[in-house]
Amino acid sequence: MKTKPMSSPAQDYRMAREDTAGLLRELVAHLRQNRTQLREEWARRITQAQLLTAMTEEEIFAEATSVYDNYVEALETGTFEALQAYARNLSERIIPRGVETHEVVGIVLLLRDVLARSLFAKYKDDFDKLNRILDAYEPAANRIANTVAVGFVQERERVIRQQQEAIRELSTPVLQVRDRLLILPIIGVIDPQRARQLTEQLLRAIRTNRAKVVVIDITGVAAMDSNVANHLVQTVEASRLLGATVIVTGLSPEIAQTLVTIGVDLSEMTTVGDLQGGLEQAERLLGYKVVPIEETAQPA
Amino acid sequence: MEVPILKQGEYLIASVQSALTDADLMHLREAIAEKVGRYRSRAVIVDVTALDVMDSFAVRTLRDIAHMTKLRGAETVIVGIQPEVAFAMVQLGLALKGIATALDLEEGLAYLDSRSKERVPGGR
Repeated sequence: MKTKPMSSPAQDYRMAREDTAGLLRELVAHLRQNRTQLREEWARRITQAQLLTAMTEEEIFAEATSVYDNYVEALETGTFEALQAYARNLSERIIPRGVETHEVVGIVLLLRDVLARSLFAKYKDDFDKLNRILDAYEPAANRIANTVAVGFVQERERVIRQQQEAIRELSTPVLQVRDRLLILPIIGVIDPQRARQLTEQLLRAIRTNRAKVVVIDITGVAAMDSNVANHLVQTVEASRLLGATVIVTGLSPEIAQTLVTIGVDLSEMTTVGDLQGGLEQAERLLGYKVVPIEETAQPA
Repeated sequence: MEVPILKQGEYLIASVQSALTDADLMHLREAIAEKVGRYRSRAVIVDVTALDVMDSFAVRTLRDIAHMTKLRGAETVIVGIQPEVAFAMVQLGLALKGIATALDLEEGLAYLDSRSKERVPGGR
């Protein structure tokens, strides 16, 4: 630029842009020409670095080919939509197979490295040109790496959100086992949000099923803190206000010790050792008596 | 709005129809205390199905009614507490401990009937 002192900054900028576009074109042509060789080099490096171990070599090669083509296309057109869509699609396919974030970032950075090395090799005699080529290549390559990594993480988060929702819906079934008898088996960790949802569902179920007795089974709950314990006590009291008796079953030894240690007042709560005992107690409260068939058949 | 108090056999039924002001609640309390004696009722059922919210004064009044009727020789059953109301009451620490509750009017009547069956043979 110094050889043309008359040019204005704006002209400079435009020329620089045109220059960049020209360089990128040259770059893309180079990458197209050496497609086979660079792609193989990349796939080899991926295997060497022990990335994508969940996939076979053929699969890696097939994916490498499409990533490579998409990569070159993004460099050529300067638009990232196609690449974004591809990254999302790729993530959808490989996330269920257990591919980790670091692997995806790793392979994209490897491709960047492989391509940069080929540029070094090509322009090693013309240092000035190499510099300008890299000026054009680096920002675009960074953006591509970014796009792919972000696409992967977003897809992952979407999957996690979806699963969380599914778990939340599945996690609090209120089941009717007899007329006016409900059971609520709780499995897994109870956080405040889940505890609240649990209570709401139970109280609503008591109303709609006109339940008189509810057995809450917490065999599947590994740990309980004072907040959750107090919430449980509140649930029991609220159920009583709706006219239902609550029996809590399946307190593990650890939970029993914790509750005594932290001093939660459970005097208002009926507790029975296991679910079977709880159901028997509930049946007694409701006036049921379970008898074997032979016994009832005898008088006839 | 005044709460109608109906006599049904040995029971009094106070059916709350809409949100109550503090004055209405005071009035309800007085009316029940008076009618329990006049009709020689054995029990009072207060139906709060229509209430979507209950403040602490309303809950305290219900508790007072229960304790008061007990002193007058009758029992109180609160029926029809909404699920949301029930949980809010518990969180406020107003769980109506020691006072009978039932899902709805039908359940409340069934509860009282079962109680009187228990009581008659023994003769108290």
